[in-house]
Amino acid sequence: MPNPSTETRTLISGAAQQKLLAFASLIALLIGFSLASPNFMQTTNMMSILQATSVNGVLAVAATLVIITGGIDLSVGTLMTFCAVMTGVVLTWGGVPLPLGVLAALGTGALVGLASGTFVAKMKIPPFIATLGVMLILKGLSLIVTGGRPIYFNDTPGFTEISQGSLVGKILPALPLPNGVLILFLVAGAASYILARTVLGRYCFALGSNEEAVRLSGVNVDRWKMAIYALAGAICGVAGLLIASRLNSAQPALGQGYELDAIAAVVIGGTSLAGGRGTILGTLIGALIISVLTNGLRILSVAPEWQTVITGAIIIVAVYADQLRRGGTR
Amino acid sequence: MSVKRRTLLMSLAGAFALTLGASGMAAAQERPYIPLISKGFQHQFWQAVKAGADKAAAEFNVEVTFEGPDNETQVDRQIDMLAAALAKKPAAIGFAALDSQAAIPLLRQARSAGIPVVAFDSGVESDIPVATASTDNIAAAALAADKMAELIGGSGKVALVVHDQTSRTGIDRRDGFVNRIREAHPDIQIVAVEYGGGDHLRSTEITKTLLQANPDLKGIFGANEGSAVGVVNGVREMKANVVIVGYDSGRAQTDAIRSGLMAGAITQNPVGIGYETVKAALAASRGETVEAKIDTGFYWYDAKNIDDPEISAVLYD
Repeated sequence: MPNPSTETRTLISGAAQQKLLAFASLIALLIGFSLASPNFMQTTNMMSILQATSVNGVLAVAATLVIITGGIDLSVGTLMTFCAVMTGVVLTWGGVPLPLGVLAALGTGALVGLASGTFVAKMKIPPFIATLGVMLILKGLSLIVTGGRPIYFNDTPGFTEISQGSLVGKILPALPLPNGVLILFLVAGAASYILARTVLGRYCFALGSNEEAVRLSGVNVDRWKMAIYALAGAICGVAGLLIASRLNSAQPALGQGYELDAIAAVVIGGTSLAGGRGTILGTLIGALIISVLTNGLRILSVAPEWQTVITGAIIIVAVYADQLRRGGTR
Repeated sequence: MSVKRRTLLMSLAGAFALTLGASGMAAAQERPYIPLISKGFQHQFWQAVKAGADKAAAEFNVEVTFEGPDNETQVDRQIDMLAAALAKKPAAIGFAALDSQAAIPLLRQARSAGIPVVAFDSGVESDIPVATASTDNIAAAALAADKMAELIGGSGKVALVVHDQTSRTGIDRRDGFVNRIREAHPDIQIVAVEYGGGDHLRSTEITKTLLQANPDLKGIFGANEGSAVGVVNGVREMKANVVIVGYDSGRAQTDAIRSGLMAGAITQNPVGIGYETVKAALAASRGETVEAKIDTGFYWYDAKNIDDPEISAVLYD
């Protein structure tokens, strides 16, 4: 039995190593694609890649929080859509001011997250099953609420600015960073802070490492778990705003399948599906790796079928590298 | 323990009662029953087909149901739906096959049970359907290719964003466009055919990369509603100057055409497809002969003719 301080040290350096590995792969991909095509390394394309990361990145941040607790959230994609739909309902159908629409997305996300958290924590339904159920419920509800038709935001001027405008570009014209990317960074920063500096974050890791020990030490495990699912839900609400703003519409049929991209980003970023270990920075890098890969392969005109094969192979290689490094069987 | 089990049993019983109630309501009528098994129901296009079917149902006093799988790859799910529909012994069936080969055993079963089948949207490679109500997608995409050639001045690079490479419409529209360009417009080069699953966001990202990889691209063809809207978004975000040709309608696409961002699009007649399917199915169930090939037509529309009555009748929001 190693003493606690050595254990902590290996954990930290392990996480750092994985981040380094993921970061190195990202740099390698960037260099490789730049050499292969002159069209790749250009400001517009870098901005496109970042913007293509924004929705998946935000969903992946939400998924990371839940996965660190040892859970999984399969509902992030359809929750995103449902939040977008609710925003459409209050903004376009209800005609309320924009801030209330934003609130509707975040509130819907948090409420649904709280419900998922309740299913998992109080009703003891395994997270995989609980969130699978929620995923289907939300998918159906989005279609029911909208009658299967998209809700457009043409009556809400400024709505597309949420993701497509550029605050940074107004201050620094040389850097036209889309707001969607800025929002991704803000969400990631906030989630990082919560994980590293708050009680909620500490319990997040503790639940994933040894839930029973946390329970036995007198902590109200259920409440913290529900709080984490609710937080993850609210973050999905942010993703809902981003995608709705990007498409100037809430598309009720979208969303399923997005959870897998999010989970892939989390895993490539070195977060353990077994819980207790992971970082937001790693997830961001993981999401960027996926977008860089998708973008670069397309620019090189690799056949679409092979793009899919290569992306799948990269996921396996990334996780295998992680296994090798830790020498574990987990 | 036993209390828990009883609660569980009770909730299961409740769920069953709910299901029975729901199906009971549907079965209570005496009118001829014609289920339509579609390829999907979420896209605006299918909603318009359903609207046409509902119109015919009201007109001819038929009971029509409309269902389809969540996306156009779920062949298995669609087969299950077809089997369930057959089990209800309907007067006739309307069927838009995702994979026409996969459905043949069930279609044979329908024939031996004397239930006429009307294919809609895409054909079934078999002689079992008594009629097929569909758009000639190959001819429609060829028209899109001719319009594209005309708009870019007969030469240059173009690309396609298609919904998928396995469905009949995906294949026909891709091949219809590509072959027409090869045969009739040799100075036009097709630099890429990408597949975005009809997903607006994915098609947007694809378009942006296409423009990045080919700065001299002159035109992009989006082969269905989601693809075309994605192309519009991508071109707008990249502030590129290319000719966009779309397919089907929907608010985002018609707005883009009115604003001049999209040059024009092909529209099918989805309402007509739904209407003709039900009409033919009813006629067949009464033993009347129906026309084997019901061409529901297609149109080119752009900013000039979008408000013509003939066009606006087949566009949907």
